[in-house]
Amino acid sequence: MVTLNDYLLVSGLLFSIGLAGVLLRRNIIVIFMALELMLNAANLSLVAFSRFNIVMNRAGHAIPNYNGQMMVFFVIAVAAAEVAVGLAIIVALYRARQTTHVEDISTLKF
Amino acid sequence: MSYLLFWLFSALTLGFAVAVVVNRNPVASALSLVVSFAGLTALFVMLDAYFLGIVQVLVYAGAVMVLFLFIVMLLDLKAEKARKVNLPVLAGGAAVALIFVAQLAAVIDRFTVGRHAFPPLTAALTDSQNIGTTLFSGFNLPFQVVGVLILVASIGVVVLSKRELK
Repeated sequence: MVTLNDYLLVSGLLFSIGLAGVLLRRNIIVIFMALELMLNAANLSLVAFSRFNIVMNRAGHAIPNYNGQMMVFFVIAVAAAEVAVGLAIIVALYRARQTTHVEDISTLKF
Repeated sequence: MSYLLFWLFSALTLGFAVAVVVNRNPVASALSLVVSFAGLTALFVMLDAYFLGIVQVLVYAGAVMVLFLFIVMLLDLKAEKARKVNLPVLAGGAAVALIFVAQLAAVIDRFTVGRHAFPPLTAALTDSQNIGTTLFSGFNLPFQVVGVLILVASIGVVVLSKRELK
């Protein structure tokens, strides 16, 4: 029997792996990939909660609460736009500095 | 059966997510990310979210990953050379991630509502229809705002990709 907590655990572990990637890696493209993992982990828990909280439709059938899935839909759309802009910024950065290593880009570092 | 499949696809998703983080070669990281997203799609389908599963494949495994691989190819990135590791920073990052996992395990352990199985659905397979109805009746304005956002993002990408930024 798969419970809601199983999905939440998997989602949380995926988020932690992404968080560890963002904190530990030094290549800006891999950091960006780890960010995508974190977004998807949040999506997984949203879909799990949406499936768990069933509602009745007008015909009296039990359907998932689609408001959560709408949130996921918008997260995916915004993430796609974010990836396009982020990668364009990385390319512009690479043209200016010839590096994707975050420790070589330290102008704003305290 | 579904229990076995759930853990199989979870292991696939989490294992390849770890591979994304530990691989030194960015191309290997990007390809691991594709497999991780494929596992996540299977989890979406197991939650009866068929439409979102397909969108996940189309947008993430398709468009986003092609973009990632294209940029890795364009920048001609090789596997990273081993640099001097900053040990306190490394330990600090790992500690933050581990504390987060511990906190999360404690919260989920006490979340008694989630210990029940998912209630069964009685409707026929009308997932896409329900998504469409909800999207265009309750979320019409946000949907159009997202359209404008993507337009602005694509114009921004063109401006950023021009040779000289002035």
